[in-house]
Amino acid sequence: MRTEQAVKRAAKPALVRVSGLSKQYVQRGAFSRRKFVIDAVREVDLEIQPRCLTALVGESSSGKSTLARCLALLERPDKGEIWFEGEEVSRQRGRELASLRPKIQMIFQDSAGALNPRFSAAEIIAEPLEIQRLASGHQLHKRACELMEEVGLSPEWANHRPLEFSGGQRQRLAIARAIALQPAFLILDESLSKLDLITQAQILQLLSDLQTTHALTYLLICHDLTLVKRVADFVLVMHHGKIVERGTRQDVLSSPQHVHTRHLLSSVRDLESAFRDVQSGAGS
Amino acid sequence: MKYLERRMVHGALLLIGVSVLCFLFTDLAPGNFFDEMKLNPQISSDTVAALRSQYGLDRPLPVRYGRWVQSVMKGEWGYSFAYNSPVRGLIMLRARNTLLLTGLATLMAWLIAVPLGVWTASRKGSWPDRVCMSGTSFFLAVPEMVVVFGLLYFVIRSHALPAGGMISRGFEQFGFAEKVTDLAKHLIVPVLTLVLASLPILVRHVRASMIEVLSAPFIAAARGHGISRGRILFRYALPVGANPLISLFGLSLAGLLSGSLLVEVITGWPGLGPLLLEASISRDLYVVIGLVMSSTVFMIMGNLLADALLVAVDPRVRTE
Repeated sequence: MRTEQAVKRAAKPALVRVSGLSKQYVQRGAFSRRKFVIDAVREVDLEIQPRCLTALVGESSSGKSTLARCLALLERPDKGEIWFEGEEVSRQRGRELASLRPKIQMIFQDSAGALNPRFSAAEIIAEPLEIQRLASGHQLHKRACELMEEVGLSPEWANHRPLEFSGGQRQRLAIARAIALQPAFLILDESLSKLDLITQAQILQLLSDLQTTHALTYLLICHDLTLVKRVADFVLVMHHGKIVERGTRQDVLSSPQHVHTRHLLSSVRDLESAFRDVQSGAGS
Repeated sequence: MKYLERRMVHGALLLIGVSVLCFLFTDLAPGNFFDEMKLNPQISSDTVAALRSQYGLDRPLPVRYGRWVQSVMKGEWGYSFAYNSPVRGLIMLRARNTLLLTGLATLMAWLIAVPLGVWTASRKGSWPDRVCMSGTSFFLAVPEMVVVFGLLYFVIRSHALPAGGMISRGFEQFGFAEKVTDLAKHLIVPVLTLVLASLPILVRHVRASMIEVLSAPFIAAARGHGISRGRILFRYALPVGANPLISLFGLSLAGLLSGSLLVEVITGWPGLGPLLLEASISRDLYVVIGLVMSSTVFMIMGNLLADALLVAVDPRVRTE
């Protein structure tokens, strides 16, 4: 049902459109002129539909995070274009880039590392608000507390530091900081992978609620296909820096066309059957 | 607070330990201040024995240590055989000159190292970073003595600056501005040597600490929020990467008394360096012990201050 609605929304122009995007990393030896070139992302084309959750899946080192960082405008691609809300943004600099940044936010996997350990929860949320001049003075603390409440954190914890929060709470704090800037596009870079299943479910519910209230578009980077099966509207499969398969969740996961997608799905099935075997063994 | 109190007790115990070791090692060293008098035919062996007895050198080690502790309690820190005066006055006078030199050099080194380290870290791998790292490698490899001799050679050849000492002849008759200028000219060579000796280590530490912090996801998140580069470097990254630098700053303070001894001797700066050299050669026992103890006090105070700063600035240390 969710996918059908998403397909209807897909009839609208894409929020993000990427064409021919490539990113290389060049490493040099300490005492030699030899270069090691790593093609992290190669000639990627994709579209992300507004108010949908698009999952980007693939094995480790397939280039998912590099692509995400390019989309978040944290890395400059070597080649290709990134169109956001109908505007080419990959070469933007200075004020143009600064005014665009609030609209695209990223939530990282390492929630402890993603929050400044020297700041309190309120300061973490208030800092971007102050920088983007969305609040000032007393309003900053008040707004930070409102956002904490919105993501299910008690404002009584406003003066606590990130390391005093649990992993799930820190992820909520990171979400509060991201939505403080009223973004249109939220990139979740393996943001759920370090959480236990119950906390994952709670965060997913929160993200779903926020999608409704804030009209958010998500790109979920993930290698947990069980999770993708439950939440994604569209799926992109990445392998060796390229998008090898794309489509609605049903199309990709029910009738995979590319051998790598089939390989990913079979590894999930193997894992599920292994779990079943372990459980049945424990039961007998 | 209990943590700092505990550290102060540790410091006091360390001082006692160092003082005991000082007495043990100086006792093990052959000869004493009065041995050279024995070579003088005009001084009888009775006179030498009387002098040894007068200064208590003929008493057993524990008795000598007890008398020295009493002297420390009275604020004399023992007695100098060569200067015939309490050690405290001697050290205080020279320590002022040493602290002027090392304090200025430490301040300058940190004022240069922090911005330079932050700047090179933010441009890691670029050519200014590589030039800076090559420079620091060079000065790390060159001994302090070579630097000071090189500077002295340049100064002597060019006559641009005074080649040694602390003040010029007729200093007392100078006006205030002239005095300051004269002192500043004499300070340039030793201060520059000390700055060049400590700067590479400081820059490399600041750079390494900043590089580690700049790769943290919260820095990427801050960039994503549109926070400016300068604010990210100095408000986000530097405070988080400051902990190892605070410890290093404590070590800088710890070395204020002992860090310039060699440079002082070479440049003729009337600080603790020449005093220690003279006292060691002439076996002026209590002066050597006084200098070692003063350096130890600075070492303990520097580390204690660094720990107090860490507790004050980092909430994580407070939590732990």
